[in-house]
Amino acid sequence: MLRPRIIPSLLLHHKGLVKTINFKFPKYVGDPINAVRIFNEKEVDELAFFDIDATVQNIEPDYVLIEKLANQSRMPLCYGGGVKSVEQAHRIFGLGIEKIALSSALIQNPKLITQIANRVGSQSVIVVLDVKKKLLGGYEIYTHNGKKATGINPFKFSKELEQLGAGEIIVNSIDQDGVMKGYDFNLIDKISEKISIPMTVLGGAGSIADIEKVINRYGVIGVSAGSLFVFKGPYKAVLINYPTQTEKNKFLKINNSENTE
Amino acid sequence: MVTLIDYGVGNIFAFQNVYKRLNIATKIAKKWQDLVNAEKLILPGVGSFDYAMSQLNASGMRDILDELVIKEKVPVIGICVGMQMMGNRSDEGKLQGLKWIDADILKFDEILIKHRTKLPHMGWNDVTPVVENSLFTGLEKDAIFYFLHSYYFKCNNPSHIIAISDYGISFSSAVNYKNIYGIQFHPEKSHQYGEKLLYNFAKL
Repeated sequence: MLRPRIIPSLLLHHKGLVKTINFKFPKYVGDPINAVRIFNEKEVDELAFFDIDATVQNIEPDYVLIEKLANQSRMPLCYGGGVKSVEQAHRIFGLGIEKIALSSALIQNPKLITQIANRVGSQSVIVVLDVKKKLLGGYEIYTHNGKKATGINPFKFSKELEQLGAGEIIVNSIDQDGVMKGYDFNLIDKISEKISIPMTVLGGAGSIADIEKVINRYGVIGVSAGSLFVFKGPYKAVLINYPTQTEKNKFLKINNSENTE
Repeated sequence: MVTLIDYGVGNIFAFQNVYKRLNIATKIAKKWQDLVNAEKLILPGVGSFDYAMSQLNASGMRDILDELVIKEKVPVIGICVGMQMMGNRSDEGKLQGLKWIDADILKFDEILIKHRTKLPHMGWNDVTPVVENSLFTGLEKDAIFYFLHSYYFKCNNPSHIIAISDYGISFSSAVNYKNIYGIQFHPEKSHQYGEKLLYNFAKL
């Protein structure tokens, strides 16, 4: 049986890892290479890294760091941040990344998806949509770490991206980011109605129970979280954590033991 | 010594790292001279079928690979698209495969996939051995592996299938014919399970 994927989402800022709240107030949470090592030990389903400097500073992805992350990782890695061309994407795949996430570059040129997918296959091209509620209802896509409104409707755009060859869509709720009060089901419902490619939801997880709720509602889905996997306790002490295989099997209701009733 | 075929497609370093942890020596082959006297071969692959085939064809390593695999019977394992390349052809492209195993690469039928998410088949899934094979030695029944693909390897000779997985249909996720092995999942990204499988391959 194909399992839902539980994915820590980690933000790269000035070569360190940070965690934000509503895309603001980056708090340093550790060294990225060290984090990969710890997540290896915890046998994480997948790991996602987003460089939050590359697009806003208009700089190239940090290939040296990406290569180090890929070399350390014993799990599939997704990288996003500052990727604007087929050449950049190809170079990053060559460093050993399984999936590349595109975001702001697609707002300018949605066909970039098709160009990259033709080279590397759709399954490895991911789209991240940073989505924020509009004041008078509805949702809108933002770029540049939530600073630039695009006026684009995420639901129509998701469908278009699927047709252009996207392999997965990560829906990131700016309103829920770092708040740890649960996922935005209204948003997830509406995107999931539009697409049949894999979807990963990000933004809002405050507990494993929040993740369970998503899985119970949507089944095979990617559930991603930042704060939940890097903080512990009410004062948000930095402590990398992740459910064990046994814990996951319990709430995925997978029973591998033949002797158990 | 395990030789990793580097034709510009696929993650060579991830394999190298797994074997480094296992204390098994590896060598990277970028040109045909690097393949002379190879003992074990890994053919990785990501991306589209035609892109991977054209890269391998252009690498200058194609002839010696045929020689090593077919004539000299050097153990070889194809991974993901690397496995698919070992078949005859693919729904994904126009180029011919290596034809090392009699198989066609077909696209999954989305109608048979019951949940909302259809393709690609992405994530961790069960791999169930159907025959005894040293590749799966020591891999308990609950071994799961990471998959990322939309096309599957359809063996024209079912006796080549050594493990199956379910995604809408039951498909061959691992195959073996003589010295030739293919696996659809990514052992280099499948934690302890993948490490065990790569260890088993090195010890064949």
